[in-house]
Amino acid sequence: MSNSTYLCLRAVFLVCFIHPLIQGLSADANVVQSPRHRLEPNLTGLPIVTFEWHHVQTPYLVIIWVFVAALAKLSVIELNHHVTSVIPESGMLIIVGFILGGMVWGADKAQTFKLLPATFFFYLLPQIILDASYFMPNKLFFSNLGAILIYAIFGTCWNAAAVGLSLWGCYEAGVMGNLDIGLLQFLLFGSLIAAVDPVAVIAVFEEVHVNEVLFILVFGESLLNDGVTVVLYNVFDAFVALGGPRIDATEIFKGIFSFVVVAFGGSFLGVAFAILLSLLTRCTKHIQIIEAGFVFVVGYLAYLTADMLSLSAILSITFCGVCCQKYVNANMDEKSVTTVRHAMKVLANGSETMIFLFLGITAVDTEIWVWNTGFILLTLLFMIVYRIIGVFLFTWLLNKFRLVPIEVIDQVVMSYGGLRGAVAYGLAAMLDKDKIPEKNLMISTTLIVVYFTVIIQGITMKPLVQWLKVKRAAHSDLKLVEKLNNRAFDHILAAVEDICGRIGDNWWTRGWNRFEEKYICRILMKPKARKNKDYLFNVFHKLNLEDAMNYVSEGERQGSLAFIRSDEAANIDFKKQYGSEFADVMPDIMVDMSNYEFGIENVSVTSIVKDTIPSISRNIHGQDRKNAVDDINAHHVLQQHLYRSRKHHRHKYSRSHFGINQSEDEVQEIFQRTMRSRLESFKSAKTGVNPAKKITKHHKKELTHQIPNGHPEGKDHLYGDEVDSAVGSETGAVNSTFMRDTYTSGAGIENPAFMPDMDSPIHSPPWLMETEMDMAVAPSQRAQRRLPWTPNRLRRLAPMRISTCSTDSFLMADVSLTLEEHEEQPQGDNEDIRPVFE
Amino acid sequence: MGSTSSTLLKIPNVEELVQETGFSPAHIIRLYDRFKVLDKEGRGHLCPQDFGAIKELAMNPIRDRIISAFFSPGKETVDFNTFVRILAHFRPVDKDRPKDPNSPEPINSRSNKLKFAFQLYDQDKDGKISRDELLKVLRDMLGMQVTEEQLESIADRTIQEADLDRDDAISFEEFRKSLEKVNIDHKMSIRFLR
Repeated sequence: MSNSTYLCLRAVFLVCFIHPLIQGLSADANVVQSPRHRLEPNLTGLPIVTFEWHHVQTPYLVIIWVFVAALAKLSVIELNHHVTSVIPESGMLIIVGFILGGMVWGADKAQTFKLLPATFFFYLLPQIILDASYFMPNKLFFSNLGAILIYAIFGTCWNAAAVGLSLWGCYEAGVMGNLDIGLLQFLLFGSLIAAVDPVAVIAVFEEVHVNEVLFILVFGESLLNDGVTVVLYNVFDAFVALGGPRIDATEIFKGIFSFVVVAFGGSFLGVAFAILLSLLTRCTKHIQIIEAGFVFVVGYLAYLTADMLSLSAILSITFCGVCCQKYVNANMDEKSVTTVRHAMKVLANGSETMIFLFLGITAVDTEIWVWNTGFILLTLLFMIVYRIIGVFLFTWLLNKFRLVPIEVIDQVVMSYGGLRGAVAYGLAAMLDKDKIPEKNLMISTTLIVVYFTVIIQGITMKPLVQWLKVKRAAHSDLKLVEKLNNRAFDHILAAVEDICGRIGDNWWTRGWNRFEEKYICRILMKPKARKNKDYLFNVFHKLNLEDAMNYVSEGERQGSLAFIRSDEAANIDFKKQYGSEFADVMPDIMVDMSNYEFGIENVSVTSIVKDTIPSISRNIHGQDRKNAVDDINAHHVLQQHLYRSRKHHRHKYSRSHFGINQSEDEVQEIFQRTMRSRLESFKSAKTGVNPAKKITKHHKKELTHQIPNGHPEGKDHLYGDEVDSAVGSETGAVNSTFMRDTYTSGAGIENPAFMPDMDSPIHSPPWLMETEMDMAVAPSQRAQRRLPWTPNRLRRLAPMRISTCSTDSFLMADVSLTLEEHEEQPQGDNEDIRPVFE
Repeated sequence: MGSTSSTLLKIPNVEELVQETGFSPAHIIRLYDRFKVLDKEGRGHLCPQDFGAIKELAMNPIRDRIISAFFSPGKETVDFNTFVRILAHFRPVDKDRPKDPNSPEPINSRSNKLKFAFQLYDQDKDGKISRDELLKVLRDMLGMQVTEEQLESIADRTIQEADLDRDDAISFEEFRKSLEKVNIDHKMSIRFLR
């Protein structure tokens, strides 16, 4: 039995490596490998250009087909709306495939291109499964996992057995004429035709928008039962290889056992890879540019490893995706999350298109078509009938235990949604012609079944759903109040269950959540990400981002957003209209977006916002300060320690960094300079000697006054360290903390307008000078009101001038004022630092 | 468990209770057993301390609110019938039950479920969730995860969303409207074992 799985695997590998990707291209493999020797030996002169078709043939054909598939998809989508609203995209692609296949056949008189099982299982299927599982709505999935497993395991077994046995019975009764098929072959066929196909299901159900529970039931089942079918297929394949007489009770028992091992082994392997992936993304802080790739690589590794160990590859990659999503999304930089999301969709959509197209193309081939009316029609009939029986039977069982029973209408849609797809075809094509003489009949029947379910059932699905008035997915806007109350309801239910003293669903969820929070998150999540992952807050944040987006577009519609900076009236309006929450948004931009529900559209919003922020907002209008002193502190500190960052505009061409950020050196520099100045002032305080650097008189005074009075150096060091860490993290990184105060961190910006001021013994407020100089930065109202910049105040504040870069609260929002200046700097400003203390 | 009828006999007004709550006698017996377990001293009623002694409940962030929901204002105890009546809020809505227009609204109706949730917020019983009340709940539920200011912003935003008459508080009507799209039957029901 295991021998045959090995054989089967080996066959797969053989097909994979020895066969080229597309049939009929096996020639010239050596040419591809040795490009240097491809020049003709009898060369008479140096050719300027040569035509090297054979050199590029294989990759060229592959990419041409990818291109054609993309064009097909494009044309299908852009087609007349009346057509597309009736026929689902998948069906249309198959039909386009027919046409293309006809063209190829017309040219070659044979089908040179067809979907090979190896291509399908190794290059087309994994990303679809990974995509489906990675964006699985986890809560929904796990809360319905019991039902899904029942359908996936028992439903599939039931289907396989019932279809196989019934076909065998009909064959014995003589309905199909003379065929060379035994009971085992029928069961094998039943197992490959049993599974609902995730690719087809997603393609059709995505367009129908049924309610989420129904969707997750059908979809989850289709995803998991693929694993089950493959296992069943392998077991029966082994049985067929073994031959009827040699199968005894032990072999059957071993078959069942192997079923369990393969299915659960695959799942556990997937979980293991999910853990590996989560751990990996924990430490990719410094190579954010490639962390997105890990998701794909590790996912694919999970798939291949499971296949190598003859465990269920599909289950492995499914559980890898389902389990890792939360941690990976939390750990990775927001940009990488977006990248993964988009790349995954591109890959999955691409291969889905390829699959359906090639399912169509494959059909145009005289070789594979064997017609047996009895066999084909009976298969169709049994498949549909047993699906319906199975669904109703298992739902009836499940409804005894479900809080919310599955309604009859939903059951009808579930049974009708049993679409078969490429997995069945792939398995059929993998059959061994020697062991199963009627392989071609099975392939053609499978193809008929696939076409029937995808095209006919796909077309009728929408009218059926409308006619039955199936509950649709409610498209509601995200509302904080709903999410808040959902949270409250969860707690209430949990409490009531506790009071009733029963161990129910809520008990398990809660127990798991607690366990996860306590241990799993600690291991798999970055500490920073862990801090920020509260779902409610993320919802809140997301809503604010939307508001911010609206605000920006509104501002742009009115002309310019400059009014934010200059126009007082606008400022006031702004505050009124959006309340404090908008002011909140800005520092929180870097929040991890992980918990957002799947769906790409959200992402663009955030990424745009992120780019827009620096130009429009500096949190001028933040909430009321805790105390007025902070305000002045900020000015003061900044004045002392302004630093001009050297912008590196390398993001256009750099391969590894997107962000415009100061280098580590710069951070070091800031740190050293801060420390040096501190040391000097400390020295001067001790000795009373004028330091070499000009520090204004007030400061000297106050330092002499203050520092000996118990401001331990230790504190300085503390802040010094913070400088490092705060600046070291990229501004856009997920891990910046939530506090609004931190947005200012580490920007390391020097405001030249403040420079002359440093040397002047009289402290005229910098903003006044600015306005006189007609600089673009207008002081905020508040700032203008608070002019008393008197020496004795400064004295009080003196010890605060510890670090420009620390994230202390006294560096409050008014840093923004100076940050504005940043905008005014000419681009590509690569000057050296201007020493501030000269 | 003892024989069904003998247990039922111990409970006063069983038929009325069954009628009112929709629980089956089997449910009632099960709940009665639980009630007796909670009522350690056998006084025939429960006081807040009895609820506090449930150790699984200790982790619940809004434990106190839920416990106090069992006690009508001014009362220190809850007897079995009230206990069952409160729990009946969480019975799933039964669809096959014939709808009698004359009968009073069942305890487990949507709006009664919502009322239960509402009163957890509305601690001063003025029929409105004020900003402070909401803030307190938020503080309980979100705990240390977010800062106080963020909590305030969340509270403000939540009130803005639900508040239709701009009085900076959420009335029950507004509460119900804001949750119109939420499937309360699912979210506020548990399966009671029989």
